[in-house]
Amino acid sequence: MSIDLKTIKHISKLSRISVDEKKAEKLASDMNSIFDFIEKLNELKTENVEPLTSVAETTLKLRPDEVKSKNLREQIIKNSPKDNEDYFVVPKVIE
Amino acid sequence: MSDITKQTLSELVNNIKEKKLSSSEITQAFVDRSEKSKELNTYITEDFSNALEKAKKFDDNPKLDLKLPGIPMAVKDLFCTANVRTTAGSKILNNFVPTYESTVTQNIWNEGAILIGKLNCDEFAMGSSNETSFFGNVQNPIDKNLVPGGSSGGSSSAVAAQLTPITIGTDTGGSIRQPASFTGTVGLKPTYGSCSRYGIVAFASSLDQAGPMAQNVQDCALLQEVISSYDQKDSTSIDFKRNQYSKELTKDIKGKKIGIPKEYRVDGMPKEIDDLWQKGIEYAKDCGAEIIDISLPYTNYALPTYYIVAPAEASSNLARYDGVKYGFRADGENLIDMYEKTRSEGFGAEVQRRIMIGTYVLSSGYYDAYYLKAQKVRKLIKNDFDEAYKKVDAILTPSTPSSAFKIGEKTNDPVSMYLNDIFTVPVNLAGLPGISIPAGHDSKGYPLGLQIIGKAFDEQNILNIAYAMEEKINFKNKITDWWIK
Repeated sequence: MSIDLKTIKHISKLSRISVDEKKAEKLASDMNSIFDFIEKLNELKTENVEPLTSVAETTLKLRPDEVKSKNLREQIIKNSPKDNEDYFVVPKVIE
Repeated sequence: MSDITKQTLSELVNNIKEKKLSSSEITQAFVDRSEKSKELNTYITEDFSNALEKAKKFDDNPKLDLKLPGIPMAVKDLFCTANVRTTAGSKILNNFVPTYESTVTQNIWNEGAILIGKLNCDEFAMGSSNETSFFGNVQNPIDKNLVPGGSSGGSSSAVAAQLTPITIGTDTGGSIRQPASFTGTVGLKPTYGSCSRYGIVAFASSLDQAGPMAQNVQDCALLQEVISSYDQKDSTSIDFKRNQYSKELTKDIKGKKIGIPKEYRVDGMPKEIDDLWQKGIEYAKDCGAEIIDISLPYTNYALPTYYIVAPAEASSNLARYDGVKYGFRADGENLIDMYEKTRSEGFGAEVQRRIMIGTYVLSSGYYDAYYLKAQKVRKLIKNDFDEAYKKVDAILTPSTPSSAFKIGEKTNDPVSMYLNDIFTVPVNLAGLPGISIPAGHDSKGYPLGLQIIGKAFDEQNILNIAYAMEEKINFKNKITDWWIK
């Protein structure tokens, strides 16, 4: 299998990571060598194997839905790269 | 006392309890040594003056019945610490100050320990050499040109260099055990569900576990006892009866059955590693253990499985870094452009590569061929261990296929970097506990580790085996303090 530049561009869109031509070429070459390595799994027949989704063999526990944290609005807003003290600010989305 | 930093955790705790040393004296000693050790680049964020203040407060009102009374401690910068910057080794979290504390670190402070700083690591714990950190690589105190392993490379280096008496790391595919092996220290990856993942920057949620890193098995057991707890805030935390690991520690492992998996004798493994393994087998026999040959037939498929499962989960976990609510933001012409530039400039190359792999294997048309396939093979790998544990109590393997490599040696070849985790990754896939203990040196004088893998929730047993073998091995780390001028 080979991952071409078109596929890289598609994945980069899905990943929301911008890539230029040079970076795309490097990524394609790295990913191809990694997928060559991953393809080893095709040696195995797994039709009748149940997929393992979690090693923790427990059922989810229920707990009361209680508010436990304090109001940290100020501290949380302080971590934002751009805000107007009340809201997070992002580039305009509606024209 | 001039040799405070040379003392083991147990010695320091005893000295505090017997009032031979104060927390201030001990904290000052580790701060001083850390100040002189900047060349190793172990710290991302220092918190020395706060630590000294907390130590003074402790001394004014000492609580001597705690398990870590007034003990200073630096932790991997993947644990969120309230009001102390937490970066995960990434530019994208360069200025992030958590409003909450991880459960594991909270458990540590509840027992009286004092934070002295946050330790360097591979970006988002993705790496085996600490070279993917935005804050630069870390040097191995064993030798200037060597990597300290990764991703908990700042942690392994800091413990080996005695900048902190003990520390914690996280282990997704070997990130505690491999750096422990590279630096001649002890590192335990607990059973999945033993230590809460709440407040740990997430990498691959079905694999991530926090664990202790220490100079010896006794200290490691004590720290495990402190950090392991059932936590409602982590839905995969498991409610089971936890041992008092350090109190129940015993060297009596007579009659324990230890399995030797033939598949771990991999192609191209250096003879030195094989010799070390043989020596380990002899030590285990000397301790009274019974050695049994076993087979884990799917071992060779563990790494390819891991490199689907871990990036898939990572791509999902790292979707939250979008430059909106916290962290780094790049300017963009519109919202989407801002996201794309933020993530392109904010993440390093290895992290971007893994997000792309993960996105690809989860994308429409490829999910069954990759992700579902990997989950099925993961089941086969876990079955291997389940079968083996019908015959044995624990499994003994080398920790890594080589000793520490040189800085820069593997950075251009991702697959050869990934191969480093060949002996540690299966343990994460199966959710089992594994411990690496230093067991010898190679011809260059670099440390080599042996790994003991246990049944789920059987930490006590592997700690006991490690404790017994540690005495027979009698390992001495060769550290010359070359970085202190």
